[in-house]
Amino acid sequence: MTVSHPLRPSADLARRLALGVALATTLGAATIGSAHATDQAANQDAGEPLKIGISAEPYPPFTYTSSDGDWTGFEVELASAICDQMGRECEITPTGWSGIIPSLKAGRIDMIMNSMSITEKRLRVIDFSSPYYFTPGAYVAARSLDIEPPEGLDGKVLGVQSATTNATYARRALRDSGVDIRLYDQAEQVNRDLLSGRLDLILADEIAMTELVERDEAADFEIKATAPHHEAYGEGVGIGLRQEDDALTEDVNAAIEAVNQQGICSELSERYFGTDVCVG
Amino acid sequence: MDFGWLSDPFYQEYLIEGLINTLWLLLVSAIAGLTLAIGMAMARIRGPRPLAWTATAVTSVIRGTPLLVQLFFFYYGVGRLLEGIPGIQDSIFWGLLRDPFFYATLTFTLSVGAYSGEILRGALLSVPPGEREAGRAFGLNPFQVFWRLWLPRAVQLCLPTLTGEMILLLKSIPLVSTIAMMDLLQAANIIRDETFLTYEPLLLIAAVYLLLTIVLTLCLRQVEHHFPGVQPVRRAWRPFGQPRRV
Repeated sequence: MTVSHPLRPSADLARRLALGVALATTLGAATIGSAHATDQAANQDAGEPLKIGISAEPYPPFTYTSSDGDWTGFEVELASAICDQMGRECEITPTGWSGIIPSLKAGRIDMIMNSMSITEKRLRVIDFSSPYYFTPGAYVAARSLDIEPPEGLDGKVLGVQSATTNATYARRALRDSGVDIRLYDQAEQVNRDLLSGRLDLILADEIAMTELVERDEAADFEIKATAPHHEAYGEGVGIGLRQEDDALTEDVNAAIEAVNQQGICSELSERYFGTDVCVG
Repeated sequence: MDFGWLSDPFYQEYLIEGLINTLWLLLVSAIAGLTLAIGMAMARIRGPRPLAWTATAVTSVIRGTPLLVQLFFFYYGVGRLLEGIPGIQDSIFWGLLRDPFFYATLTFTLSVGAYSGEILRGALLSVPPGEREAGRAFGLNPFQVFWRLWLPRAVQLCLPTLTGEMILLLKSIPLVSTIAMMDLLQAANIIRDETFLTYEPLLLIAAVYLLLTIVLTLCLRQVEHHFPGVQPVRRAWRPFGQPRRV
């Protein structure tokens, strides 16, 4: 797995998710029938703290450890708001990302809350709450380039990070536009080739792109447009839950809705990303 | 094993594009690289001292560093420097310089030049000097001696080794997937990312590479058999074994 830069992790997001699914479906399949999972629902009603599983690898600004060693970040704060709303005590439980779905199924954690996209493949193994955030893809190009994607892409060179939802979107939705799509391993390689002029434009996660165009070296670049909703992007990011924990799923959904209505999510999003990515 | 994705025209297109790019890279790098190898070998044997030293230094650096590092060095390092030259983005070279194909062929050419140059140097040195002297005695000038006698004799000696180098070159090509070029490995990665199948696409491209290697070996074996001056061999179907000398 690539090591993400502490300040711009989210471009790695979808790639991690894709990898996560690949591993999780393999590993998860092995634990579906295991006996552990069934006792869990009972434990939760006993008033024990809910264990919120996050990736043990920091994933700033979503989840990371602050200077005093405590976990913080957009999703950690949002999780605590959701738990307050439910009136439950919660415990952040770092877990290896690739084994996070098996951990949930085995009962070591009760929820997964770490930018996990709701995908069809994952839904076969676990349940999801309603989505709590969604980031579209954003096109970035030089200010001097007069372009309004997805119009006028013919003959242009577009860079995307491979194994991301943006790459899937670009390959599926833009294939007839005449654009030349280049796939890179790392998000930063895409950014560098845009800044050096090898790429005419790039398509990447909006959070990462908002951060990119604020850099001094990217002063001549701007976000041209965001990609429309497309099946490649899925429904957004939700909290992963065990399929048998229906009561908990309902509570979580109600809490997410309340947190959204009170504007807590939007406030956190503006603070961490400078843009509102909350759904609802 | 699920090979259902093979019928998806999306993936077929990527695989074919990847195959074509792979073959182009192999052809261009092999021809340019072997040409460079002749220059490198001669520079080290006969070149004036600064040239010989340069060739030795280049050979040492290329042979002493990983190919992937070189690829990154040229694409992300040298490429960036070239892009900084004022006005270059409007020049006719820009189309070439922004294309990863250029950097890939540059890297592979240097690599083949360095490795095969060493092989060729050894072969050139092992041609008995008496043969060259005989050529001179027959009235050939030094230039003719080199092109018509010395080099063909050396190539004859090291052809099987050069075949091995070409196979190694073919199998280095998947590295270009890291500099945003569509090759077979990148096509396989796309399929993996979208279908969550890891082994099937990799197995497919492994099979394609095996097939390409077999075809390449057969072709170069024919060159070995028919290279001027090679001893006639018994015409038995021995595509992989050593040709039996009569």
